[in-house]
Amino acid sequence: MIQADLNVILPELILAVYAMIALLLAVYSTKDKMGPLLVWSTAGLMALLALWIAGSGSGNNVAFGGMFVDDGFSRFAKVTILLSAAAVLVMGQDYMARRGMLQFEYPLLVSLSVVGMMMMVSAGDLMSLYMGLELQSLALYVVASMRRDSVKSTEAGLKYFVLGALSSGLLLYGASLVYGFAGTTKFEGIIQVAQHGEVSVGLLFGIVFLISGMAFKVSAVPFHMWTPDVYEGAPTPVTAFFATAPKMAAMGLFARVMHDAFGNAVSDWSQIIALLSVASMFLGAVAAIGQTNIKRLMAYSSIAHMGFALMGLAAGTVFGVQAMLIYMAIYVTMNVGTFAFILMMEKDGKPVTDIASLNLYSRREPGKALAMLVLLFSLSGVPPMLGFFGKFYVLRAAYDAGLAWLAIAGVVASVIGAFYYLRIVYYMYFGEEGDELDRNSSPVLWGFLMASAAVMVLGIINMFGVEGAAAAAAATLVN
Amino acid sequence: MTDLPVLSILILLPAVGAVLTPFLRKDPIVRWFSLLVLFADFLLALWVLLNFDPNTAAMQFGEHRVWVPNLGISYRLGIDGISVWFVVLTSLLGWICVLASWWSISIRVKEFMTCLLAMQSLMIGVFCALDMILFYILWEAMLVPMYLIIGIWGGANRVYAAFKFFLYTLAGSLLFLIGILLLYFGGGQTFDVLALMEVQYPFPLQIWVFLAFLVAFAVKIPMVPVHTWLPDAHVQAPTAGSIILAGVLLKMGAYGFLRFSLPMLPDASQYFAPMMIALSAVAIVYGGFLALAQSDIKKLIAYSSVSHMGFITLGLFTFDAKGMSGAVIQMFNHGITTGALFLFVGIIYERTHSRDIAAYGGLIKVVPLFGILFAAFLLSSMALPGLNGFIGELLVLAAAFGVSGWAGAAGALGALVGAAYLLGVYRQMLLGEVKTPGDVFVWDLGRRELACAAPLLLFVVWFGLYPKPFLTILQPSLDHLMTQLNPTAVTP
Repeated sequence: MIQADLNVILPELILAVYAMIALLLAVYSTKDKMGPLLVWSTAGLMALLALWIAGSGSGNNVAFGGMFVDDGFSRFAKVTILLSAAAVLVMGQDYMARRGMLQFEYPLLVSLSVVGMMMMVSAGDLMSLYMGLELQSLALYVVASMRRDSVKSTEAGLKYFVLGALSSGLLLYGASLVYGFAGTTKFEGIIQVAQHGEVSVGLLFGIVFLISGMAFKVSAVPFHMWTPDVYEGAPTPVTAFFATAPKMAAMGLFARVMHDAFGNAVSDWSQIIALLSVASMFLGAVAAIGQTNIKRLMAYSSIAHMGFALMGLAAGTVFGVQAMLIYMAIYVTMNVGTFAFILMMEKDGKPVTDIASLNLYSRREPGKALAMLVLLFSLSGVPPMLGFFGKFYVLRAAYDAGLAWLAIAGVVASVIGAFYYLRIVYYMYFGEEGDELDRNSSPVLWGFLMASAAVMVLGIINMFGVEGAAAAAAATLVN
Repeated sequence: MTDLPVLSILILLPAVGAVLTPFLRKDPIVRWFSLLVLFADFLLALWVLLNFDPNTAAMQFGEHRVWVPNLGISYRLGIDGISVWFVVLTSLLGWICVLASWWSISIRVKEFMTCLLAMQSLMIGVFCALDMILFYILWEAMLVPMYLIIGIWGGANRVYAAFKFFLYTLAGSLLFLIGILLLYFGGGQTFDVLALMEVQYPFPLQIWVFLAFLVAFAVKIPMVPVHTWLPDAHVQAPTAGSIILAGVLLKMGAYGFLRFSLPMLPDASQYFAPMMIALSAVAIVYGGFLALAQSDIKKLIAYSSVSHMGFITLGLFTFDAKGMSGAVIQMFNHGITTGALFLFVGIIYERTHSRDIAAYGGLIKVVPLFGILFAAFLLSSMALPGLNGFIGELLVLAAAFGVSGWAGAAGALGALVGAAYLLGVYRQMLLGEVKTPGDVFVWDLGRRELACAAPLLLFVVWFGLYPKPFLTILQPSLDHLMTQLNPTAVTP
C-alpha cells in the first residue's frame, strides 16, 4: 500500500530529497561556490522530471487515501511549472552571480517551493492543499528578500509575508468552515455535500473565504495589493519566477478546488470568479498605464492576465478549464521571454528598470527589439501572435457558458491594456535619442528571448500540440 | 483551374520576402528585392485575374485546410468576382509603394520594406479569407506593421497619429470578434463564411451582430463620426503608408459590409439602412466641406476620402443593383485615384517639403508632366465623365435618388463640393503665377515616378472609357449578393 502511494508521488519525492541532500552537501562544503553548480543541477533535474511526467504519466492515480491526486490535469500543470521554473533558474543565474546573490540557498528554496506547487495542483484534500500552499509560500517569502542588503527587497519579502499570512488565515478559516459544514476535508466528500441548490450558508461562506485566499495567490483584484511592490522589490530573476511558476500553480489549485470540491455547485461560485476576473482585467489594464518601471508594469500586466485566465475558470465548463490551461501555458511562455529581455536591460553593469531607457533600442539591437515587439503584441493579444489564441480561447469559453458580458468586458479591457504595451514599443521604435543601455548579450538570455518570441509566431501553426494535452487534462478534472 | 494553391502563393510570396529582407545587406539590394517580390506578386495576381471564370458567382481558386480543429478555425481561401479586383488593386499598389518610397525612405530601409511586404501579404490575405477567424486574424495583424510604418517613418506628429490609429482600429475590431462569436453560437457553429451566409439568424441577434460589425467597419472606412483618426494618420504617414491606407485599408471596411454584414445579416441591414444612408449622406457633405476648408493638401485628400467613402456606403445600403455595382466600382476606383493623388503629393513633397496648398502655384509651367498627370488624377477624383470616377458615382447617385430624394441631394451636393475643392487645388497649385514653397527648385517626374504613375493612369482611362471587362467579372457575384439580400426571415 505505502509502496503504491510512494510511486504516485515519486517526482515530488525525488525533488524534495534532492533539495535536502543538496542542502546538506552545500552546508558542509564550500558553500557559496556551490551556487552556479546547484542552479544547473536543479534546473536539469526539473527539466528531467518534466519530461518524465509528460512522457510516462498516465491514468488517474490516487495516493494516501485521496489526499494526493495524480491525473492528467495535475500532470499538465506540473510540466508547465517545472519547465518554467527550470528556465527561470537558468536565466537568472548570471544576474545573481554577478551581484553576489547566488547563494546556494536560492536554487534549493526554489526547488522546495516547486515541490509545494506540485503538491498544490495535486491536492485532493484541504489538508494537502494547505500543506502544499504553505511550503510554496514560505520558500517564496525568503526568496523575495534574497537581496538582504536592499531595503526594497527586504520590504518586498516582509510585505509578501505579512499579506500572505493574512491570506493563509482567510483560506484556513474558509477550510474550517467547509469542514464544519461538509463534515470532511476530502474533496470527493465535499463534492457530495455541495450539490447545486443545497449549499448551506455556512458552506457558501467557506467557499468565499477559500476563494479569497486563493485569489491572493493568483493576485486577482481585490487581493492584488502585494504584487507591484513585490515584483519591484524582489531581484529580477526572482520576479521572473513569481510571474511564472507560482501563477500556474495557484491557477491550477484554484481550478482543482473549484471543480473537484465544488464542481456540483458551479453556479454558486462562477459569479464570484467572474467578478474577480472583470476587476483584475480592468485594474491591471488601467493601473499599468501610469507605470514607468517595467517590473511594476509587468506586475499589473500579470494581474490583467490572471483576470483573463480566471475568465476561463468562471465558465465552469470543461472547455473553460482547457482554455485556462492553454492561456496559462501561453502566458508563462511569454513571461519567460519578456523577463529574459528585462534581465538584459543593464547600464554600466547595473540593472535598469525604467521604460524610458529603452529609447530607440531597436536601432542598436534590432534582433532583440523585434523579439520583444513580438512578445509585447502577443501579451496584448494582437493576432496573429499566440497570445491572441489564448485570449480567444477564454473569450469563447466565457461566451459559451453564457457569460457574454464577461467576454465583452474582456475585450474592452484588452483594448485599454494594449496601450501600455504599445508604449514600450513606442520607446523602442519611435523614442528619442537617449542614454544607451549596455550591449551585453548573454547567450542564455538571448536564447530564451528568441525562443519565446519564435514560439509566439510559429505556435499559431498548431500550438505545438498543447491544445490536445490541455483538452485531455481538462477532461480529467471536470466530470 | 489548376491544382496549385495560387492564393496561398499570392499571400505567402510577400511574407517570405518579409522574412528574407532583414538578412539582406545593402539598402539598394533591399529595395530591388522588395520591388521584385511585389512585382512578381502583381504578375501572379494578373494571372489569377486572367484565369478567373466570369460566369459564376461561386468562390474560385478555393483552398481549405483544417487549422485549429478545437476552435473550429480553418484555413479557407477563395475569391469571387468582387474580391478578385481588390486582390489586383492591392498587388498593384504594393510595388508602386516600393517605388514611391525609393529615396524618400532613407533610414531603416530594411525594416520599412519588411513592414511593406508584411502588409501586402496580410492585405491580400484579408481579401481571400473565407473563414471568419482567419479574416479577423489577418485584419487585426495589419495593425502592427501599419503602426510601425506611421510611427517610425511618419511626420512630426507621428507618434500621436500612430497611437490613435492603433487604438481606434483595435477597439473596433475587437467588437468585430465579439460579433463573430455571436454568429458562431447563434446557430452557425462554424466560422466558414459561405456556410454562415446560409444560416438564417433571428432578427434580434442580427441587430446585435450588425452593430458590432458596424463599429469595426465604420472605423476602418471611416464613417462620420469615427473618422477622426484618418486625417491624422494620413498626414503623418509616409507616402507609401498613405497610399496603402487610402488605397486598400479603407476599402476593407466597405468590403466587410459586402462580405459579411449584407449577406449574413440581411434583415438587420434592411433595418439599419436608413441610418446608414443618413450617416453616409452626412459623411459625404461633412467630409466635403471639411476638405474645402483645408490648407494642407494631404489633409484635404484625407477628408475627400471620407466624403468619397460616403458614396460607397450610400451605394451599398440602397439595396439597388445599380447602387451596389456603383459602390463596388467606386471602391476600386477610389483606391486607384486616391492612391495616385497621395503618390503625387508625395512626389512634390519630396522636392519641397511643404504640404501647404497656398505655397504652390503654376506648377504646370515648371513641371508640365507632373502637372498634367496630377490634373488627370484630380479630375478622376472629381468624377469627370470619361475617367474612372464617373461611372461609379453616377450609379450611386441614381440609386440614391431612387431611395430617397434627400440622400440623392446630399450626394449631388457632395459631388459639387468635391468639384469645388479639387478644382481649387488644381487652380492654386497648377495654374497662375509660378511659385514654390521657399522658392526651391522643382524638377519634373523621373523615370521611376513615371513608372508608378503610368499603370494608375492606365486604369483611370481604361475604366473611364471601357469598364465592361470589370463589370463582366463583377456582375455574377453582385447578382448573387442581391439574391442573398432578399429578406426571408421574419421581421417584426
